[in-house]
Amino acid sequence: MTTDQISEILKNRKVGIAGCGGLGSNCAVALARVGMGTLIVADFDVVSTGNLNRQYYFLDQVGMKKTQALRDNILRINRQVEVVMHDIRLTRENIPSIFNGCDIIVEAFDLAEQKEMIIETILTEMPSVPLVIGLGMAGWGMNDAIHCRRSDNLYICGDEISEISRELPPIAPRVGMVANMQANVVLEVLLNSEK
Amino acid sequence: MKILLNNNPEVLTGDAMTVSELLRHKNFTFKMLVIKINGTLVKKSEYDTAIIREADDVHVLHLISGG
Repeated sequence: MTTDQISEILKNRKVGIAGCGGLGSNCAVALARVGMGTLIVADFDVVSTGNLNRQYYFLDQVGMKKTQALRDNILRINRQVEVVMHDIRLTRENIPSIFNGCDIIVEAFDLAEQKEMIIETILTEMPSVPLVIGLGMAGWGMNDAIHCRRSDNLYICGDEISEISRELPPIAPRVGMVANMQANVVLEVLLNSEK
Repeated sequence: MKILLNNNPEVLTGDAMTVSELLRHKNFTFKMLVIKINGTLVKKSEYDTAIIREADDVHVLHLISGG
């Protein structure tokens, strides 16, 4: 497929991203660079200095809403992307309406409880929509441990073992690897369905 | 009975067992889990009643924080 053919397909596609932290901000930027038509992104948080070790924000954006800061950053890269931002905490109740019409959804939450919540919600309320989750990316090294596998409509990216802790923080390289792996799965699903 | 557990064959005693019994048997004590039987999500409130039978395809996903 040529770059033009890829753009032609992606410009009509809509991707949901649940969370604008390390996974969501990096995944959104990768999808914007390849020309995704619409990104529907939700987060309630504000950029802090502690986020800059892995999240796609800048020093002069500290204190800004992540949704606003990420929209600005995406549009500095590609003005053709339609960016729909929801400054809101995602719940079982609002996920189906916020991500209504998405071709695929990326889970980009921090906490295991939140990951469980969105998986249960999508599998129950929107079972036909593929969901790409990030699972296990704390620390450094161990490139080989990071993988991607599929369980029906659920795609799992990460090492599935490295949980964040004080001694094993989430930092740029591995978080970025998993975020870009999630973006890569999105492309695989959207482009391969066109063959 | 024989089932598939996370894509691996698993032999269990008896003809049926609840999800709770399977989790105890396998010592799966994680708090955050997503469980599917033959592709269908089993909710937490159904762990004591959802039955696993011969040849079922069971997926247990252990959720950890980070992102």
